Amino acid sequence: MTSGAINPPAERAWPRLDRLGTLLVAAGAAALAGLPFVVVKANRLVPGEPRALTEVLPPTGSAACLAPLVVLSLVALFVARPRLRLAAALAALVGLSVTLALAADALTPPHNRVVRIAAGGGFWVVLVCLGLLATDAITRLRPGPGRRVLFLAGALTFVVAALASGFFDHLSVMREYQVNAERFGRELRQHVLLALGSLLAAVVAGAPLGVLCHRIPRIREGILGTLNVIQTVPAIALFGILMAPLGALAAAWPLLERIGVRGIGAAPAAVALFLYSLLPIVANTVLGLKRVSRAAVEAARGMGMMPRQVLWRIELPLALPVILTGIRVVLVQNIGMVTVAALIGGGGLGTFVFQGIGQTAIDLVLLGAIPIVVLAFCAAVLLDALVEVMDRVKQ
Amino acid sequence: MITIENLSKRYGDNTVVDDVSMQIEKNSITVIVGTSGSGKSTLLRMINRLVEPSAGRVLLEGRDTRSEPAHLLRRRIGYAIQGHGLFPHRTVAENIATVPRLLGWAPERVKARVEELLHVFQLDPAKYSAAFPHELSGGQQQRVGVARALAAEPQVLLMDEPFGALDPIIRAKAQEDLLDIQRRFGTTVVLVTHDMDEAFHLGDRVAVMSGGRLLQYDEPAQLLTHPADPFVSRMTGLGDRALRLLSLTSAAAVALPGAAPGPKLQASASLREALSEMLWSGSQSCEVIGIEGGAPAHLTVDAILEHARPG
Repeated sequence: MTSGAINPPAERAWPRLDRLGTLLVAAGAAALAGLPFVVVKANRLVPGEPRALTEVLPPTGSAACLAPLVVLSLVALFVARPRLRLAAALAALVGLSVTLALAADALTPPHNRVVRIAAGGGFWVVLVCLGLLATDAITRLRPGPGRRVLFLAGALTFVVAALASGFFDHLSVMREYQVNAERFGRELRQHVLLALGSLLAAVVAGAPLGVLCHRIPRIREGILGTLNVIQTVPAIALFGILMAPLGALAAAWPLLERIGVRGIGAAPAAVALFLYSLLPIVANTVLGLKRVSRAAVEAARGMGMMPRQVLWRIELPLALPVILTGIRVVLVQNIGMVTVAALIGGGGLGTFVFQGIGQTAIDLVLLGAIPIVVLAFCAAVLLDALVEVMDRVKQ
Repeated sequence: MITIENLSKRYGDNTVVDDVSMQIEKNSITVIVGTSGSGKSTLLRMINRLVEPSAGRVLLEGRDTRSEPAHLLRRRIGYAIQGHGLFPHRTVAENIATVPRLLGWAPERVKARVEELLHVFQLDPAKYSAAFPHELSGGQQQRVGVARALAAEPQVLLMDEPFGALDPIIRAKAQEDLLDIQRRFGTTVVLVTHDMDEAFHLGDRVAVMSGGRLLQYDEPAQLLTHPADPFVSRMTGLGDRALRLLSLTSAAAVALPGAAPGPKLQASASLREALSEMLWSGSQSCEVIGIEGGAPAHLTVDAILEHARPG
């Protein structure tokens, strides 16, 4: 190195290209050009014919619909300000959805309730690209936990209101929903109930078990080892294993059968989910308690707190963020796993998924799968926000 | 007064504290000093029964400490430890209020006491009451730890290496604060440390422990001039024992009447500081200022040297 003056870099004539933006714009553009925007099916079971966007809408129409996408592309490529990037991504999401709805309207003959217009690969790829751009912009904005929850609530309300408005009714997934509206509500409730109920039971049983493991190191290995083994049993196998004992229980005690304990149905599903949930709860309780400052516990005892007071006032509050992280893992995991419960008659949104697979009706699969993904996502955002609030108080 | 009678603690075959007996005077600072593994912390923790003795007993004002439940005993005894042990999820005010709340004090009384202590420890209540421990500096955290230990006006304060985690400058300040606080509240302080300088500086009496046994329990000067065991001499250090001895006497205690040339020295300074000052300035005497009554006083090198040897 010389000690001479360093020349300042020449000013750029063009702003630097955003790397992620370049990648996503390229992927989106390629998908729109090469993949069908919609798929048209004469009815819900036959294979569909792919259509590009330009085949569906008149040139002026498609140009108007794609304008937000073009604006977004420019923003994604050249603008660094996250607020602007987020606004553009959201506007483009709205534009893309409206385009899809208009395409469905245009392709549906009047009074025809049999023809199915489904989103094609092009739509899905662009949707994912826009979602990634929006998420990236939100991450760059670093919103606090409260704002993230508010934003999620706002986005959810907007989507539900848009779907309820009837504007998207010609889309095939919405057609499936209209046919199954009543069942959808029931299965959604059942899904949430199974996921939350088994979580609650796991917390009620697992947290004290974790405290016990922390207090008595001798039993820790045994309990965590057992729970680890349970975790490795595939869900379907666990359902099968539980069928026999639960069936026997129901046969022996008719009262149990009357309250819903059977070899198949919700009972084995709930028990299996509960068993899977125990490991993260117990392990995180142990870890959380282990992380609590020894000096704080020592001081608490030395000042005359009783063991119970040390646990409730010092150890558990300080371990709470780690325990909540376990609860987050369990809830997201449960929301996904409840899906499989449908196989043994446990109900939940998995019912649509497996029914759809059986009928090769992909729209019905989506009717089950999309809400599951949304539920899991919401649970993750909510609990992450909660963990962050709790963790504000630094150890 | 704390009376420790034949106190022992054994874990299996391992004797951690071995038949220790000592009397700790009221309103004094007693320092228990020893290497790590000497049993000094265990001895301290048997006083408030964080460790239950295997044999022997502890009397507090003549009453056996086992005559009441351990947690009630501990609420009457202040306890401060190394690394302060503040509760990270509670504010400074809540931390200090811990024991008063356990004792069920009325909220106004708790609040008044917290504010009083914050003032005593030079922490502005308006600024620090609602702060969390991690927002404080190391020295402030340590002060809050001691304030918390003193919150319920205990007669006895136990301190386990309370200044161990502080850097030298903050540690010196914390030691001066402790001396002030002890004079102000008249608390009986029992402090554990491995630092002989700290023991000599703070202790009215010093207990030297090794291998679970109490080797000597005496005034600091006696440890230097009449060590009961070779280990005590090793702990106090042979190389600079004359200077250590000088550091135990204040200029005011041995000042001679009348003025003399030389550097000025505060009456509260130790003979060690006085000697250092004279060596530095090349003077045979120094003027002592701030004597009670304001009379002129001085010290000479010869007079100081009189105090630098046993007898």
